[in-house]
Amino acid sequence: MNPDYVIHPLGDSAVILKWEQRINTAIHQEVMKTFHSLRSRSSPYILDLIPAYASLTIVYDAAQLRCSERIPGLQWITAYIRETTKTQEAITFPAPRELRIPVCYDPSLGLDITEMAASRNVAIADIITWHSQTIYTVYLTGFLPGFPYMGEVCAALETPRRQQPRLQVPAGSVGIAGVQTGIYPLASPGGWNIIGQTPLRMFDPANADPCYCRPGDRVQFIPVTLEVFRQIQQEQ
Amino acid sequence: MSIVVLQQGIMDTIQDKGRYGFQHLGINPGGAMDRIAMAVANALTGNPAGEALLELHFPAGKYLFEVPALIALSGADFGATIDGLAVPLHKPLYVRAGATLAFEKLRAGARCYLAVRHGFSLTPWLGSCSTHLKVAQGGFKGRALRKGDKLPLHKSTQLISDRHPEIFPWTAATDHLYNKQDTIRILPGACWDMLDAPSQQQLITGSFRIGQHSDRMGFRLSGAPLHTHKKEEQLSAGICKGAIQLLPDGQLIILMADHQTTGGYPVAAHIITADMPALAQYQPGQSLQFSIISREAAEEALWQQEKAIRYLWHASQLHLEKWLLPYELY
Repeated sequence: MNPDYVIHPLGDSAVILKWEQRINTAIHQEVMKTFHSLRSRSSPYILDLIPAYASLTIVYDAAQLRCSERIPGLQWITAYIRETTKTQEAITFPAPRELRIPVCYDPSLGLDITEMAASRNVAIADIITWHSQTIYTVYLTGFLPGFPYMGEVCAALETPRRQQPRLQVPAGSVGIAGVQTGIYPLASPGGWNIIGQTPLRMFDPANADPCYCRPGDRVQFIPVTLEVFRQIQQEQ
Repeated sequence: MSIVVLQQGIMDTIQDKGRYGFQHLGINPGGAMDRIAMAVANALTGNPAGEALLELHFPAGKYLFEVPALIALSGADFGATIDGLAVPLHKPLYVRAGATLAFEKLRAGARCYLAVRHGFSLTPWLGSCSTHLKVAQGGFKGRALRKGDKLPLHKSTQLISDRHPEIFPWTAATDHLYNKQDTIRILPGACWDMLDAPSQQQLITGSFRIGQHSDRMGFRLSGAPLHTHKKEEQLSAGICKGAIQLLPDGQLIILMADHQTTGGYPVAAHIITADMPALAQYQPGQSLQFSIISREAAEEALWQQEKAIRYLWHASQLHLEKWLLPYELY
């Protein structure tokens, strides 16, 4: 097999595999396949694997590797990746999970939804329909623990980041930045346009699997009323 | 059986070798900023190199020992005293029950490490005791230490004889563990070729000041701005410690232990892993210069460093065996 990625070093302790640099579910599938095939085979030198839109970053323990393998780290890691991903067609990895995430789009929680509707001359209900009709792919989690970068929103919803980021947006806030949509798992400063809030806890450190969303998951947003939002919030 | 915080430091946290294996979920590894100082302090007390220990910034806290303990300090020199008497870095120290450890004066460096033999009795989060401040997990209650906190110890340390020194008569040589040159060594990054010629020149010959808003997450540098041939939008991708990102205003930021796991800014260069500990000891306001080295030299430097750390660890074990009860050794 001729892999369609290129390997670039990131300093002396990491490499990045890069596919064609665009947001595309088929490319992301390849990223996830490679992520899972490397994950399924454990190596004492591989510390972290970070899948993203069209890349996979591999962080390795350069000191350990050099002490044990006696060959240059980059050479070893490149050979290891090529060897492991050569057979990836045979590797089965967990099917993407289908997640349904309740969101309340009430303007008291969706701080920017009124303005977004006004600027497009449509009703808030249209924004809600557009956002909740699409099934999104979680391309990566980053920025904050468990923050899912999802895409792509329909063309009518595309909105650049806010000029002035807010100093604090509440945990659960659902936002839009360009073609991406995402959820703030923790209260944090934020520059995305907030259109709603989920009552679900997106990050729970007490859980062995603390993040609600993982790269590769498929997500649909389910509009709920303020009443249902409060109810779910209390049940958590 | 614990160490009591009598006075709060500016940012004293528990750190260890870091929390790896969760970056795909956005959870950064954290860990001690100065990997060498952590390994040295741990080696001197007979702990594994990556055991959890205290990372102190100046002004650091004041600590009361409820039980006798074998400790060691390494990294920055904060003028440590035990009951008012100056004690050195890089040596094992036997602290009596009721003694107070304080840090009087910032002499050199930015981060001092305090290791206690057998380590602290803490519950790890996702396999590590590093303090993750953002999600308030790991370390001691997921936060920096405060006055009144009681840091629990695994156990006390008994020595073989009652007649023991308070300061043990051997010292870890640390000079050769750090980069001795006056530049921090780098490897070119993905956007190196995108930089125009004067910017490439500026990166290797220019001087950069470490900004006041520098912390465990990143070091902000200020210097003559760098320019790229073309502005290119990058898709967010996984990044790593030591990456030097180029911000839209032409300034640089170096990703340190608590860095974000993904980023979209172009990367001008990477600090070599062997020089991250030296960099971790720079203070805001200090200036630094970079120099480019080859990948082979970078890997060689790291290998030499790692060998020296392992050698130190074995040498320390041999020394300690003469002072510790046999059952203490395991």
